[in-house]
Amino acid sequence: MAIELMALLKAVQERFGDDVLGHSEFRKQATLRIKHTANVKVLRFLRDDPSAKFEMLTDVTCVDSLRLPDDMLIEYPERFAVVYQLTSLVHNERLRVKAYVPEEPCEIDSVTGLWDAANWGEREAYDMFGVVFRNHPDLKRILMPDNYEGHPLRKDYPLKGRGERDNFPKYTEIVES
Amino acid sequence: MSELNQKDGSGGFITTKLNELINWGRRNSLWPMPFGTACCAIEMMATLSSRYDLARFGAEVIRFSPRQSDLMIVSGRISIKMMPVLIEIYNQMPEPKWCISMGACASSGGVFDTYTLIQGVDQFIPVDVYIPGCPPRPESLIDAVMLIQQKIKRDERNTKLYDRTKHPLDFEPVALVSNAAEPQPVLTGSRHSLPAKDVPIQEKAFGPPERDVKHVARLTGGE
Repeated sequence: MAIELMALLKAVQERFGDDVLGHSEFRKQATLRIKHTANVKVLRFLRDDPSAKFEMLTDVTCVDSLRLPDDMLIEYPERFAVVYQLTSLVHNERLRVKAYVPEEPCEIDSVTGLWDAANWGEREAYDMFGVVFRNHPDLKRILMPDNYEGHPLRKDYPLKGRGERDNFPKYTEIVES
Repeated sequence: MSELNQKDGSGGFITTKLNELINWGRRNSLWPMPFGTACCAIEMMATLSSRYDLARFGAEVIRFSPRQSDLMIVSGRISIKMMPVLIEIYNQMPEPKWCISMGACASSGGVFDTYTLIQGVDQFIPVDVYIPGCPPRPESLIDAVMLIQQKIKRDERNTKLYDRTKHPLDFEPVALVSNAAEPQPVLTGSRHSLPAKDVPIQEKAFGPPERDVKHVARLTGGE
C-alpha cells in the first residue's frame, strides 16, 4: 500500500504550522525540516497516524553546519541538525526528519519515549556533538572514554586533538647499572 | 656429574649452557597473545592457518589469556580508549616477554593522524620488532617471528619498561588536556555538561529503557 509521501508532508506542514520549516525531495529521498521544540510532537504524529505509520526509527544522528559554504547554509537556520531516519514497514517508505538545534542552549527533547532505538543514537550524538537530549534515561558517552572532554565531531574541534593521545603514562627506560 | 666436574670445575660453563637450552625452548615454542583490532588481525589469522602455517615455527598456540603467553602481537590501530587495556594486558603477561608491532597503524598511527589514535604503541610498551605494511603480508609476520627467535637466541629483548607506579585507568581527566595548545572556549564550559539528574538513571548497562508512563507523558507534553 503506497502512500503519496509529498502529499503527506504537505498535510504535516498544514497540521503543525510554524513548527514545520519545510519539506523537500531530492532523488526520491524526502526530507521534513522542523523546529527542535516540536520534534516529539511531529515524530509522534508520524509514528502513530495511519496515513504515515513510520513505526521504525532507523537512525538518529547529528550534523554540524559550522563551516558549510554560504549557499548551503540557507538550509540550516541553526548550527546543529539532529537527523531522524524513519522507515514505514507498512507503506514501505522512508523519511528523513531534520530538527535544527541552536548552539545555545544545545538541547533537544529525547525521543526514547517513542522509539527505544533512539537510546544509543542519541548517546552517540551527545558524545560526538554535545547535543543534550532532555529526559534521556541514561545520557552518557558511548564511544569516547568517560573522562574525555569535548565533543570531537564538532567542526571547531582540532583534528589531531588537544593532546589526548599523548597524555598517557609512558614507559621509562631501565638504565643498566 | 663427577666426570663433568673433573673436566671443568667452573660453574659458569654449566649455567651458560642451561641458559641456551632454555632459550632454545623459548624460541621454538612462542605462545602469542593476539591483540587484533583491525585488518592486520585478518592477516595474522591467515598466518596462523594452514596455508602459511605459523606452526612450522612453533608459534601456533594462540593464547587468549595473557598469563599464558610470552609474545604480544599488536595488530591493528589502537585508540586512546583501548590503550589502557593494552597496557593492562601487557602487564599481565609473565616475564620474559616480547612484542611485535604489526603494521603501520600499530607502529606509527598510519593514516589515522587524528585525535583518538595512538601514534605508535612503542610510546607506551616496549616493542621488539616492527612490521611495515598496510596490512603486512603473512610472510612479513613470519619474518618478524623469526627475528624474535633470533633475538631470543642472542638472549636479547627490549628492556624498556612501562612505569608501573602509575595505573593507566587511575588517571585524572585533567591529564587528558594538560598540554592543549590553547584553551578553546567553544568546547568547554558548563552548557555541554550533563543536565541535572532529575530523571532516574537506569542501572542496566544494556537493553532498552523500561517504558515509564510518566516519562512518556513528560516527553509529549502530558497526555
